[in-house]
Amino acid sequence: MILHTVNKSPFERNALESCLAHAQAGSAVLMLEDGVYGAMKGTRIESSVSQAAQNVKLYVLGPDLAARGISEDKLIAGVSVVDYGGFVDLTVENSAVQSWL
Amino acid sequence: MKFGIMVNEGPYQHQASDSAYLFAKTAIEKGHEVFRVFFYHDGVNNGTRLASPPQDDRNVTQRWSDLAKEHNIDLVVCVAAALRRGLLDENEAKRHGKSGDNIADGFRISGLGQLIEAGIQADRLVVFGD
Amino acid sequence: MSEEGVVKKFLYLNRKAPYGTVYALESLEVVLIAAAFDQDVSLAFVDDGVYQILKDKNTSGINMKDFSPTYNALGDYDITKLYVEKESLLERGLSEDDLMDIVYEDEDDDWAEKPSVRVVSRAEMAELMETQDVVFSF
Repeated sequence: MILHTVNKSPFERNALESCLAHAQAGSAVLMLEDGVYGAMKGTRIESSVSQAAQNVKLYVLGPDLAARGISEDKLIAGVSVVDYGGFVDLTVENSAVQSWL
Repeated sequence: MKFGIMVNEGPYQHQASDSAYLFAKTAIEKGHEVFRVFFYHDGVNNGTRLASPPQDDRNVTQRWSDLAKEHNIDLVVCVAAALRRGLLDENEAKRHGKSGDNIADGFRISGLGQLIEAGIQADRLVVFGD
Repeated sequence: MSEEGVVKKFLYLNRKAPYGTVYALESLEVVLIAAAFDQDVSLAFVDDGVYQILKDKNTSGINMKDFSPTYNALGDYDITKLYVEKESLLERGLSEDDLMDIVYEDEDDDWAEKPSVRVVSRAEMAELMETQDVVFSF
């Protein structure tokens, strides 16, 4: 399956929304850089992201969360935190990488 | 695995080059090979020898040069994108009658074919951009 | 110029409008070079990317080179699969009629002229994406 990456905030761009509308069941989505804001609880998109979590595997890049002051307890349930090592592993485990810029 | 990386944005303006660097460095630490990093769009600006950032922060260009030297990574700057943005090596400077060149150590200017080739030869091609 | 006969599925993912940024133009420049490598090339126009192939664009007032003719030349380079997402068009109040008439000549069918632009549903676009080996995003 494809590993999708999203690096912009869902409140700035439609990248996350578009990504989740296209990612097939069983594929993986990694939020990094400003994309990590999409993994937070309490936002107006929380329900759509939670819903997506039932269909695709959601990941968020830990170092980018920390840089932005977002603690892991602020994340939507079902989103897994990975470091750069995990990011590399995800690219290996999946068939190709598709960046939603 | 063999990785090809594409960097679409310039240093400091966007996080793309930083993310790409950390990804490349980590992939290598995990025993993978990063054989080419292709710089496109404003990404060509990562290859300027003239960058003089403050000492208390990372030096994006130098970091790439050092990583490339240590691990034999081919850092390629797209010629068309580079010419548009004023990133030249000695040859291009001469060809276009410019008074100087500014490409950094470890980077080379070449054509888009190198990007396609990276896509063909790599097991994974990862794009970092805006 | 293919590497030992390796043929991969390359997807050029276009999601940005033309002229406001350079991505549309420079992604097209990559596509043209790709033609020499005999790979399985598809272009995807999703979200604002659909604006790239609207017809009747005239850049004289903004003094930028109009690169629309390059889309028309793609057929000559054997790039014949331009997938445009239907939902992206509809969200923007557009239809297939608003798009450029980009064609190619099918050498397997007596050089009959055929449309390169294929309007597909979001679901079909998603399936197409899942099958790709290399995705270039701009």
